[in-house]
Amino acid sequence: MSTPERPAKRVTVVHPRTAAARTTSRRGVRRDVHDQTELGVTMLTSLRRAQLRLAVLVVLGVAVVVVGIPLVFLAFPSVREGRVGGLAVGWFVLGVAVFPAICGAAWAYVRHAERNEAAFVDLVERS
Amino acid sequence: MTSSWWPVAAVVAVVAATVVIGTFGVRVSRTTSDFLVASRSVSPLLNASAIGGEYLSAASFLGIAGLVLSYGVDMLWFPVGYTVGYLVLLVLVAAPLRRSGAYTLPDFAEMRLGSLRLRRVSSVIVVLIGWLYLLPQLQGAGITLHALTGAPQWVGALVVAVVVGVTVAAGGMRSITVVQAFQYWLKLVAIALPAALLVAAWFHRGSPAFAVGDWGTPLSGFGGREYPLYSTYSIVLATFLGTMGLPHVLVRFYTNPDGRAARRTTLSVLVLLSVFYLFPPVFGALGRVYTPELAGTSAADTVVLVLPGRVFGGWLGEALSALVAAGAFAAFLSTASGLSVSVAGVLSQDVLTHDRRLGDGVRRFRIATTIAIAVPFVLALGAARADLAETVTLAFAVAASTFCPLLVLGIWWPRLTVRGATAALLVGGTSALAAVALVLTLGPFHGFVGALLEQPAAWTVPLAFGTAVIVSLRTHDRVPRTTPAAMVRLHTPEELEASR
Repeated sequence: MSTPERPAKRVTVVHPRTAAARTTSRRGVRRDVHDQTELGVTMLTSLRRAQLRLAVLVVLGVAVVVVGIPLVFLAFPSVREGRVGGLAVGWFVLGVAVFPAICGAAWAYVRHAERNEAAFVDLVERS
Repeated sequence: MTSSWWPVAAVVAVVAATVVIGTFGVRVSRTTSDFLVASRSVSPLLNASAIGGEYLSAASFLGIAGLVLSYGVDMLWFPVGYTVGYLVLLVLVAAPLRRSGAYTLPDFAEMRLGSLRLRRVSSVIVVLIGWLYLLPQLQGAGITLHALTGAPQWVGALVVAVVVGVTVAAGGMRSITVVQAFQYWLKLVAIALPAALLVAAWFHRGSPAFAVGDWGTPLSGFGGREYPLYSTYSIVLATFLGTMGLPHVLVRFYTNPDGRAARRTTLSVLVLLSVFYLFPPVFGALGRVYTPELAGTSAADTVVLVLPGRVFGGWLGEALSALVAAGAFAAFLSTASGLSVSVAGVLSQDVLTHDRRLGDGVRRFRIATTIAIAVPFVLALGAARADLAETVTLAFAVAASTFCPLLVLGIWWPRLTVRGATAALLVGGTSALAAVALVLTLGPFHGFVGALLEQPAAWTVPLAFGTAVIVSLRTHDRVPRTTPAAMVRLHTPEELEASR
């Protein structure tokens, strides 16, 4: 960035619709994934790890909240006996509030998981 | 107890509709492969309704309200757990499981690790979990019919057992998505409408107080529940991790066309379950006001059935009682059919295969169905009557201690070995089932040992996971050679598969 004088990086310019140019590279990497060559396995492992990280993040988030709720009730009697909009806190949290939170977490997870997969497909298509 | 014929007529109508659609549906579905039709044309919402319809059992429809009535706010962890179980399933299992192409849990075990012995062990555990889960459905039918007509408990259990046995043996209900989907909406209306009217009536009458003592306070151990903190965490662990290992839940994933659809369907299921679970606690809470004599008794599970008639007199009370009775039977029938199909399928494919006398596939499947439903029926006659939602949670605990490690480690950990998985199933299954057997025959227990037995998941699940990991690491030279191929199949997005 600091040296604007540097010559631009050279890029290959190809016609995008050349069947021959396409099949070799694209089908090649696809086959790498399916035939479990070293390259294919490495790429798929990276996808698997990304999905696992996402899953663990969601599960840990849920675990912290779920383990935390009883502990908060246990530690703070004032919370335990408080009220939200006419409902006791315990009833409000466990009977109503958790459900939108669960659905929200699920929705966010599906979005991110699909994005991870789209990025992977994109990577395979381009290489 | 109502002695009117309205609720009985409603029950008869639900039973008749199930039998008719179940048996006529076969004629329709036999022409083409029902699974292919389902996988191509079933929308995620319809499929999600069907999954919800199958999942919402006696425990959800009757059991939660009964527990809340007797033991208070801590019991709300049951519906929360039943819902979060689907979130965990979505996050850890849904898409890879669909991509594995497995129709049953034994299929998954064989696909992932290529061992016939592991397949057999899985089959036995599927059957045991299925029976354990069928037991409260039949008991629920017994207490429902008893509450409506005063008939002995075994009559209701027999009605459900016969109806389910006949429709499943005829081949119906196998993948009649529409029936299951309809039963979700029936159950939702049957619980939501009376709940809304009951709340309105409660306000109209000047909202009389229902919080008695510690009933509304979390972790108070109200109703004589000991060790509330341990129990809460153990219920949470069992339901969170057990859902993915329930036989009838897994089968439904096969009707999704691919892994991505499996995820989206599960998201819809979560929304549908979340809406449903807002209502059962209302019955438990209002039961403190209008039917306090049921609390803490073995009749607590009938609060959903009794409450509308108690609050509203006349035709409205009768109509609402009929509606909840219909919803309850929809719950027993849909869950029991789904479970019987799964258990019978595994019995006929993996357990009864060596006996030539049993004849061809169809005949063997019918014999398997009879066994699948007869065993829990006999158990329902003899077992100690625990609360419905608690018995169901025991099935969750066994599933969480067996199939949860198999699925989670199988999908995400390439170093899992056949011996590791088999050892986990045996150790987790034996310890959880031993606790369950003690509770159902000699329970209820007291003291800390009692809490450990009545809610075993908190120690059996870590035990099973630990066994799987340690044994797998000790047999690391025996990782199946097919593991990389299996991993590719589980995790490759469909876009690559399609244009391969």
